[in-house]
Amino acid sequence: MPEAPAKELLSISNLHAHYGESHILHGIDLSVRQGELVTLLGRNGAGRTTILKSILGLVERRTGSIRVAGQETIKLPPFRIARLGVGYCPEERGIFSRLNVEENLLLPPIIKSGGMSLTEIYELFTNLLERKKSMGTSLSGGEQQMLAMARILRTGADLLLLDEITEGLAPVIVQALGKLIRQLKKRGFTIILVEQNFHFAADLADRHYVVDHGTIVEMIPMEALGASMDRLSGYLGV
Amino acid sequence: MHLSYQMVLAQLMLGLNNGAFYAILSLGLAVIFGLLNIINFAHGAFYMLGAFVALIGYTKLGPLLGMPDFHMNYWAALLISPLVVGLLGVLIEKTMLKRLYKVDHLYGLLLTFGLALILQGIFTNYFNVSGTSYNGKPEILRGVVNLKFMMFPTYRLWSIGLSLGVCFVTWFAIERTKLGSYLRAGTENPGLVQAFGVNVPLMITLTYGFGVGLAAFAGVVAAPIYSVSPIMGSEMIITVFAVVVIGGMGSIMGSIWTGLSLGMLEGLTKVIYPPAANTVIFFMMILVLLIKPAGLFGKEQ
Repeated sequence: MPEAPAKELLSISNLHAHYGESHILHGIDLSVRQGELVTLLGRNGAGRTTILKSILGLVERRTGSIRVAGQETIKLPPFRIARLGVGYCPEERGIFSRLNVEENLLLPPIIKSGGMSLTEIYELFTNLLERKKSMGTSLSGGEQQMLAMARILRTGADLLLLDEITEGLAPVIVQALGKLIRQLKKRGFTIILVEQNFHFAADLADRHYVVDHGTIVEMIPMEALGASMDRLSGYLGV
Repeated sequence: MHLSYQMVLAQLMLGLNNGAFYAILSLGLAVIFGLLNIINFAHGAFYMLGAFVALIGYTKLGPLLGMPDFHMNYWAALLISPLVVGLLGVLIEKTMLKRLYKVDHLYGLLLTFGLALILQGIFTNYFNVSGTSYNGKPEILRGVVNLKFMMFPTYRLWSIGLSLGVCFVTWFAIERTKLGSYLRAGTENPGLVQAFGVNVPLMITLTYGFGVGLAAFAGVVAAPIYSVSPIMGSEMIITVFAVVVIGGMGSIMGSIWTGLSLGMLEGLTKVIYPPAANTVIFFMMILVLLIKPAGLFGKEQ
């Protein structure tokens, strides 16, 4: 955790989001400082994925305020928001079946300087190098997840939105992902993690936001986690 | 019935010629459908428009500009006509189609169908429905070539080669280049591609302009072969839709192959059983729909 309070990279206030007739988020307030790793905890359907999608403008309608690196984005189209330095790894991974591994990796355009080079990425993800000419969706689930992560590290995005990256993966791969996230944090990436696997999240995060029925019900800093376990279990239904 | 192999080859060549037009048109339809999810019923009208830009440029533009001796030549038409019609497509996408992406696909189909009727209606008002011949065929492409098995018109040979070339370049651009990877990814998941910072709305506009420009290009190439008429598009598009249904909307290469082979099948039928020549493609369509409803190269959705 940073010693001095770093500047806010993302600040959301009074965010409401709608899909058609359904009102999903009811006034979310949340902020993330540069270099922080924050998780969104909650049950399925609590609205965590919708928070990430709203940050990128991928919901049908959103109101309130979302500032990325100081700039108001509520009226911007998704591609402009992404260019402010937001990288997104969706829950369904979003590997393109008509693109091979390398094309998938190179698809997101460079939006800022300071991203990892292709060589660095292939050093970090060696099996992607071995399979670079295979079609994207012929990879195993774990490899696809690595690919979905790897492709947003090249672009220079410094705020990463990671949605359920450990879902359905074998424990060894979950461990590898944990190691990767730690490395990324050390490199200065700011990360919002939506996670079902509480133990995975607890080890990594600086702070936890608990989401329930489209609102934030509690913010728990790392140090207070032990003391809040009972309440948290109630929210998560574990 | 006596079938000489010369006759068969000759009809196959003519069929290939038609097939090349089917290929370009169904290719454009497939590209547009892939990214916009709109069945572009106006495609035939843009093909017709392409031919008319060439015709008007050759016969009417000079007098209009006060230079009676000026003719926009064929080579210029090959370039200018797709640009003009493509630009019109961009305009239509920006002002009309754009508003329809959130509603059912059917609305896009209805809108483009309406546009096709309007365009066709306007031209029927000013031009002969039975066709006007285009006389701008360049000197170098006149005459015939000896293909050993037959004497084949030079222009038709050129139009086959050119069309196949354009199909191949389009396939290459989409399947093998960086720009094409945006298009392929956008076809699968436009939201995510936009979330990576790609200007997807602009990409959609340009893709529509490109697809429509391809149709206009086919129109220019067809102008010296068929006579230029306001209804040439609506006649062509019915067959092309059958080609698209047979090939399936999914694949670029698929629409090229289907276009070419169905053109040749049509040619072949002309020798074997001429009365069925105009309907053989539709019989094929029924057959394919019964056996593989998603089309030969399509994926079930």
